[in-house]
Amino acid sequence: MTNQADPAASVIARAQSIVEDLTFAEVTRWKREHTGALAVGYMPVYVPRPLFEAIGCLPVAVFGGGDRTDIIRGDSYFQSYICHIPRSTIELALSGALAPLDGMIFPSTCDVIRNLGGMWKMLFPERYGAYLDLPQNLTPALGGRFYAEELRRIARELEARGARPLDAAALREAIAAENARRALIDELDELRRSKPWLLRASEAYVAVRAGTVLPVSEHVALLGELLAALTRREVRAYDNVRVVITGAFCEQPPLGLIRTLEKSGCDIVDDDLQLGLRMIEQPITVGADTDPLVALAEAFLKNGAATACRYIDKAVKGDALIAKVRAANAEGVIFTAASFCDPALLDQPMLERALTSAKIPFTSFKFAENTGQYQTIREQAGAFSDSVKLWGGTP
Amino acid sequence: MSGAAAASNVAQKDDSQRRQKEMIADHFAKLERAKEDGRKVVYTFVPGNLTELLRALDILPVLPEINALQSGMRGKSAGYIAEAEKAGHSEDVCTYVKCDLGMMLSGNVGPTGTKIPPPDLLLLSYTGCFTFLKWFELLKEAYKCEVAMLHVPYMPDGVVTPDMRRYVVDQLRDQIIPALERVTGKKLDLDELARRLALSRQAEDDLVAVWESARRRPSPIDGYFGGVYYIGPMFTAFRGTEEAVAYYRSLKAEVDERIAQKLGAQTPDGPIAQEKYRLVIEGPPNWTSFYDFWRMFSREGAVPVASTYTRVGGLYDTGFRHDPEHPLESLADYCLGCYTNLGLPSRVDLLERYIKDYSADGFLINSVKSCNSFSAGQLLILRELEKRTGVPGAFIESDLVDPRYFGKANIENRIQSYFQMLEARKEPTRAQPQSGSGSVA
Repeated sequence: MTNQADPAASVIARAQSIVEDLTFAEVTRWKREHTGALAVGYMPVYVPRPLFEAIGCLPVAVFGGGDRTDIIRGDSYFQSYICHIPRSTIELALSGALAPLDGMIFPSTCDVIRNLGGMWKMLFPERYGAYLDLPQNLTPALGGRFYAEELRRIARELEARGARPLDAAALREAIAAENARRALIDELDELRRSKPWLLRASEAYVAVRAGTVLPVSEHVALLGELLAALTRREVRAYDNVRVVITGAFCEQPPLGLIRTLEKSGCDIVDDDLQLGLRMIEQPITVGADTDPLVALAEAFLKNGAATACRYIDKAVKGDALIAKVRAANAEGVIFTAASFCDPALLDQPMLERALTSAKIPFTSFKFAENTGQYQTIREQAGAFSDSVKLWGGTP
Repeated sequence: MSGAAAASNVAQKDDSQRRQKEMIADHFAKLERAKEDGRKVVYTFVPGNLTELLRALDILPVLPEINALQSGMRGKSAGYIAEAEKAGHSEDVCTYVKCDLGMMLSGNVGPTGTKIPPPDLLLLSYTGCFTFLKWFELLKEAYKCEVAMLHVPYMPDGVVTPDMRRYVVDQLRDQIIPALERVTGKKLDLDELARRLALSRQAEDDLVAVWESARRRPSPIDGYFGGVYYIGPMFTAFRGTEEAVAYYRSLKAEVDERIAQKLGAQTPDGPIAQEKYRLVIEGPPNWTSFYDFWRMFSREGAVPVASTYTRVGGLYDTGFRHDPEHPLESLADYCLGCYTNLGLPSRVDLLERYIKDYSADGFLINSVKSCNSFSAGQLLILRELEKRTGVPGAFIESDLVDPRYFGKANIENRIQSYFQMLEARKEPTRAQPQSGSGSVA
């Protein structure tokens, strides 16, 4: 199939160009169209985007420099045993690439992202920087109340810098828009599970990730366009192994690495790559008498995705991953953690034991966002997919 | 210092060092007997530990970081880490965690050779270190026991807000205390808790006096290598006990006696002969080569006069004291104020204050591979401190308890080069003390 014949090619290419643009041209355009409005960057994994949209800000995910940035100054701020995303983020900031952003939010993903927030304040004291302490206590009256106060604080701080005051009606509207986006992402995910040949994981990845730098309305339009195009797409089905990849919820693997897995005989039928937009696993419901901010906070507590950077509380480690594998009818799991990623790598042995008990085969490797050599990964993933096909187990 | 002692690798110790070692050994012995004595055992962490609360309910605490560092000092950590890595743990992650898990997989015999009982409860004080969450998730899986989690908010701006305090207090009241009462079958006696907080306060007063003695010249204490002995009882199981009060009273008397005798800091080779360089140290020490590391400083006449590692279990020299009048609020403020729970700008402010108040000639950052909470951002701390104080800094890399990451020759070479540089520029760069700090020559 040539690109000319592929009805989805242009929208996927547009999404990819947005993802690969380290100048944040879309943000600059949005700011030009919304004079005086603030664009607020944030580090992975999750911030509640509707809060920012409701006060007239554009939330913009910053995933570092990927494999398209030479790290010169960034390396001088971090020791060799610290993951890659903070050094490329510092590189982008010092080079001026983050200039379109009026501030940055650093959620409580891990100690590195947390400390990066402190570095931001020291390096750029004139620019807004805030730490967002997501609750690890998942009781609404405790963690929920604290979290709602955290969100109010950030809204107040941004209002002082020119954002609109937080307004319940605007927040309801933003939550509804986020729910609409989430429904479209669900449709894409379902399509990947039912017809993985029709939409490759690498294509879905760029389509979803593009939304992290766009206002929700534009992303809804893009996803709608893609879904419509896919109904007209004609692609041959392959007899690949169905796998779930997990562990790359923060620092992102290069697109080439995802494609390498696909080329090595794997249909990636589920993943946690763009967890930020999938963090809330159900529509956020706001009752007529409910404060929408409380609803937004409680959605995180009650329907937040299980991930290594969230406390497990009463749940059983591995249950969520096994459920994901079963729901996707996957035949195996590939652990893809970023090197030196404490949350993912500390979680992994527990998840591996759970998969072993459930007789689900798995393999694992580590990456950095600028990994450029894929051959060994291709061989490893190829051997894994072959072994699953031939024997239904790990090589 | 006798020639024989100097030539020996056997470390000389003060009475206080020996006493704290005895206290900790006695605690391990009590842990071994805990089940037959009918006492409950709770595992918890050093930063944000709630020892007064545990003691008020007659619970014995186990501190996994302390077990790991003790194992490191006794040459046991390499084997434990290997056990954990064989069980699937990555070489990239915290070696305290792997050392602890390896010890558990090897039969859970503690560093002093006594068996450590399994926990009746895991008290996850999530304070200043993300890895704590994962660590106790791993222990929960292994021990199949209940976890009580206390989420202590991070202080990015170094300020305790009313929302933060309320969040911690509410968790203590609604979840942590009920969990401890459930495990012990006892009702918390608030008067007993207040009594123990008052004991903590007394010990904290004496500890701060010991820290501040290092403003003198020569400093009667080593505030880093020696300091880790001084914090032993405070960090582990003894806060809120009469034993801790007695220990810190006698430690202060010992330090006062050193001052009267104009003795410099105690080193592994006896009192330091000449205090040539006064240093502030950021970051934990390496434990696997602890005395080798210490001697790299002491044999060059370098005295750590203040350090941040000795504040991870509580930051008292900025004014905080446990308050028996406000027990839960006080415990909340204690947890929030632990050093690694402070944002980077606040850490820099504190280090700057130490450099100035303690008239330091330089500062050194020991960046440990295992601890991102400490290490991420330390290269910026280095630059910022040099900019603010004009005092030169040094940066070395090692690890907590993985001996593979302690490159002795490389570290020694760096430290010696640093001292040569300090020697060359010592007089012009000495920082001026802030008002009221008053170092005494």
